[in-house]
Amino acid sequence: MNARQLRLGFILAAVSVLLVLLLPMSLSSEPVAALMARPLMFLLTAVVTLLFGIAAGIGGAIAIVFGFAGAICAATMTLLLLRDPGIAGSAASGFWMIVLAVWLASGLCVMVLAALKPRDAFTRRVLDLAIPLLFGIVVFYLWEVLVRGAGVPAVLLPSPSAAAAKFASSLPVLSGDFVQTFIRGVLIGYVIGCGAGLLVAILAHRFEFLGRGLLPLGNFFSALPLVGIAPIMVMWFGFDWPSKAAVVALVTFFPMLVNALAGLSASGHIERDLMRSYGASYPQTLAKLYLPAALPFIFNALKINATLALIGAIVAEFFGTPTQGIGFRISTEAGRMALDMVWAEIALAAIAGMVFYGLVALAERATTFWHPSIRT
Amino acid sequence: MTSSAAALSMPRAGARRQHPLVARLAPIVTVVAALIVVWYIAAVLMNLSLVRGGFEREEAPYTTAELIAGTMDAERPLLPAPHQVVVAFVDGVFGYAPNAPRSLVYHSAVTLSATLLGFVLGALLGIALALLIVHSRVLERSLLPWIICSQMVPILALAPIFIVVLGAIGLQGLLPKSIISAYLSFFPITIGMVKGFNAPEPMQLDLMRTWSATPRQVLSKLRWPTATPYLFASLKVAITISLIGAIVAELPTGAEAGIGARLLAGSYYGQTVQIWAALVAAAVLASGLIGLVGLAERLVARRMGTRA
Repeated sequence: MNARQLRLGFILAAVSVLLVLLLPMSLSSEPVAALMARPLMFLLTAVVTLLFGIAAGIGGAIAIVFGFAGAICAATMTLLLLRDPGIAGSAASGFWMIVLAVWLASGLCVMVLAALKPRDAFTRRVLDLAIPLLFGIVVFYLWEVLVRGAGVPAVLLPSPSAAAAKFASSLPVLSGDFVQTFIRGVLIGYVIGCGAGLLVAILAHRFEFLGRGLLPLGNFFSALPLVGIAPIMVMWFGFDWPSKAAVVALVTFFPMLVNALAGLSASGHIERDLMRSYGASYPQTLAKLYLPAALPFIFNALKINATLALIGAIVAEFFGTPTQGIGFRISTEAGRMALDMVWAEIALAAIAGMVFYGLVALAERATTFWHPSIRT
Repeated sequence: MTSSAAALSMPRAGARRQHPLVARLAPIVTVVAALIVVWYIAAVLMNLSLVRGGFEREEAPYTTAELIAGTMDAERPLLPAPHQVVVAFVDGVFGYAPNAPRSLVYHSAVTLSATLLGFVLGALLGIALALLIVHSRVLERSLLPWIICSQMVPILALAPIFIVVLGAIGLQGLLPKSIISAYLSFFPITIGMVKGFNAPEPMQLDLMRTWSATPRQVLSKLRWPTATPYLFASLKVAITISLIGAIVAELPTGAEAGIGARLLAGSYYGQTVQIWAALVAAAVLASGLIGLVGLAERLVARRMGTRA
């Protein structure tokens, strides 16, 4: 994107905000006060137009400061306008013009930010975090405004704010579900499954005959839809968390086995010869050579398993639960059409999953700092 | 180095005399046989109290041999013996007309159609996203992190809502299930294809530039050929995931047909043998699908002139 396109984009945003003064705000038959009649809105419109105008005039990387300021003001306008019951649910072209301007301006800013190539590492990392975050905020803003402005029925898709409000108001229920599904089902099963997979991989690596028999079988089993075992586990271990942990353990076992086995064989001939020349015993070689060399592979399996574990636990809950748990709550609340609660649970699961994944990734960074993929 | 390598390989000289197929298959056969033996022992142990309870209720005298024989063909065992599963599977596949509601072929076909539709949708979406990401720096930096986050959302938990929402719009049957399996399967394809499209070396890209090739020509003549191995590797992962998605999507939606529905019905009525037979059907389906992708990979590799 070149400088001219950037300026043109901001001019378009400014023009679309100015157009709002002429366009109707609501589709509803009841009369709604025009934008001119609201002093605050009129002021904000002027400010936004001015900011976009300055951004277009300056151009370059500094323009994004004004562009962002304008986008935030315009977004505040839309959110304030949505409080008017005459506009919420029946917004007309005037309202959508503001949304369009917000989208255009923030999109331009994200594009400029993505094109920046800062020299120092810190700024680069901040940018790497800020760009996807801004992108996400814009998406959530558009979701919110579209749902409330167009009046999408809450049964189909609740607005993010409604789900967030529900999240905040039902924290006790959510924390109960979190403990039941995540702490008991996922974490225990994950530790058992990954630990057992690693142990068997070490055995299979030590005894070559076993390894040659297990590797093809492990590959076969890790490709099977093993979550289907859930009803059997519920039958064996009952409705409470042991059955969920069993499913999770089984689902995470084979990816860990296959990956760890590949990792244990990853150390080179020369390194093994070196260990032998030191007269290292097998436990020493395992601890100092085989396991460190296998760490990248083990972390790969841990990451794959992080998603598999959550899926396994939730699927197992479809087959029976003690009236608690994320999967149980989602299916019952969806049956009652209480979709804001459903989305609150989904947000909970997503946050838990991301934190879990993030922790695994951090541990990987801390322990495999020597690996080329981390070093560069 | 050479002498030590020779010394290391000395003990294996005896093993080399074996036929290569024997050397490869012997460990696998041993492990499988061990698994089957363990399964039989577990079946005896787990079903023992069940069968003993049955005998005691009828107050009939029984011997240990009768007890063990009883654990082998209990009607609703805790763990069915392997031969029971095989019999149930063969009976389910060949015992009924292919469109009978008790036929495993019928249920497999229902799940297979959802899997394949979801797989095609997921593959198209995955490749399209990868193309966008490879060609746009903005998207690479803003969208890619969210794609990774999207897999942290337990989409299977979303399955019931998908059905509700899509049902409200008027979509029912195959499509909601396929959308769930597409959502699950697009991810490995996107990640693999971003890697694959970026696999050409800078030198090769420079060469394309000296020929003043358009981006489209670079894509069709350089990026696609280099990405092909990555494509098939990720397709293999994706097709198993889309099968999982299709099966699991049948669970919360109260589907009447399909492998997932079969699992659910089996769990409601305690028909363990039926559950195991459905699991075997799923395993056969999964390995068949992977085999098909592998076949396609070999055909494409031969067409492209690479040595497989």
